[in-house]
Amino acid sequence: MTDSPLLRVSNLSKYYGARLGCTDVNFELYPGEVLAVVGESGSGKTTLLNCLSTNLEPTSGRAEYRMRDDVWRNIYDLSEAERRFLMRTDWGFVHQNPADGLRMTVSAGANVGERLMAIGDRHYGNIRASAVDWLGRVEINEDRVDDQPRSFSGGMRQRLQIARNLVTSPRLVFMDEPTGGLDVSVQARLLDLLRGLVGELGLAAVIVTHDLAVARLLSHRMMVMKDGRVIESGLTDRVLDDPREPYTQLLVSSILQV
Amino acid sequence: MTPLRVQSLAKTFTMHLRDGVVLPVVDNVDFEVAAGECVVLGGPSGAGKSSILKMVYGNYGVDAGHIWLTHDGADIDLATADPRLVLTLRRDTIAYVSQFLRTVPRVSALDVVAEPLVIRGADKAEAQDRARTLLAQLNLPERLWSLPPATFSGGEQQRVNIARGFITDHKVLLLDEPTASLDATNRAVVVSMIAEKKAAGTALLGIFHDEDVRTQVADRIVDVTAFAPRIAA
Repeated sequence: MTDSPLLRVSNLSKYYGARLGCTDVNFELYPGEVLAVVGESGSGKTTLLNCLSTNLEPTSGRAEYRMRDDVWRNIYDLSEAERRFLMRTDWGFVHQNPADGLRMTVSAGANVGERLMAIGDRHYGNIRASAVDWLGRVEINEDRVDDQPRSFSGGMRQRLQIARNLVTSPRLVFMDEPTGGLDVSVQARLLDLLRGLVGELGLAAVIVTHDLAVARLLSHRMMVMKDGRVIESGLTDRVLDDPREPYTQLLVSSILQV
Repeated sequence: MTPLRVQSLAKTFTMHLRDGVVLPVVDNVDFEVAAGECVVLGGPSGAGKSSILKMVYGNYGVDAGHIWLTHDGADIDLATADPRLVLTLRRDTIAYVSQFLRTVPRVSALDVVAEPLVIRGADKAEAQDRARTLLAQLNLPERLWSLPPATFSGGEQQRVNIARGFITDHKVLLLDEPTASLDATNRAVVVSMIAEKKAAGTALLGIFHDEDVRTQVADRIVDVTAFAPRIAA
């Protein structure tokens, strides 16, 4: 972890008309740091993620990002083209439903290769080799490289989506319930894979999840949201083992033990 | 410099799900652990021994007081450190053998043990070699090394946990009942491993219910009942 943050979020708020999405969110994210945002449905965590990834324009507040040339930019001041470039290169977004993050009718290899072409790679052999390498890293067999993700299982699609996002060596990845909707055994494999990749690549990540076990396994820090506000935040194991706020205590005590 | 100094530590739990009932745990906790010393927290169950250990590791927050650690030649107060600093302190300075192993799906026992070295930037093969040595020393059958510990017995998991805690040369090592589910042979191994850590200048702070082990490892016993909070009238 270096000493300069990658992302600085200050007083971020989003209202849908009069209705509150999220408000007064403040945090810094450092390279190599994984931040989990937890809370129940409607707590504003997905709104926050969509604002951070510029899918939504916040009502007020700033989110400053340290670009690769170390220049700080407010991401909401970027031009549309600059944002798109950032999303395709330095950032990744892993959707809960892989179909939202993949192109279902092109091959697995092309899904991964497309991001490389977006950053100017034109050599077919290199692109294919990278694609095969990344499919291997997410445990998809090389003989599936020419198949369309339509023919993949849910867990495989999710792993493909992760490969597609990580191939350009992004520095920051947003994940929206990355293990939601998967069988537990498939979830375990994905979690282990994510944990390994995040550590190996030194990625910074913001992970939205309602699953506290996922948060414990993957994140360093945690923010608990309720009714659009961050009500508690801190070191993940401390928030989970010594929760202070009534709502966090309720959340932690509601986990089913196996 | 003393590796660990705990000053005026206080902790209270507020149970919001039980109508906000306030449970004072400890107050005015004061003690030090010198390099090469093993200090044992003594007192009956419920006196707050585990809570103190968890505060010293940063796992529990504190309401008041300081936890001074010598880190990189400076005194750092873990009680007020931000999450990133706590993680740095755990990586480099303070290690913890918890009572129960928290297993991660699909990660082998060998990698669980090697991990603290790997995250400090050690070569993976060397870290695994060191892990093998420790697991062999603790008599964990070799056929288990490549398996994830989730299905291991309590004693097997505990040995994986001990190996993981002992693999680095952290200056402060916290031990929460590391011998609770071990047989006599392996208890003796752990006692000798603790002696090696002391000889290497590690400051150890532990909880041991087994009296036999406690008398063998403890240089000093800190009676936790002395830190019982005075209930306000």
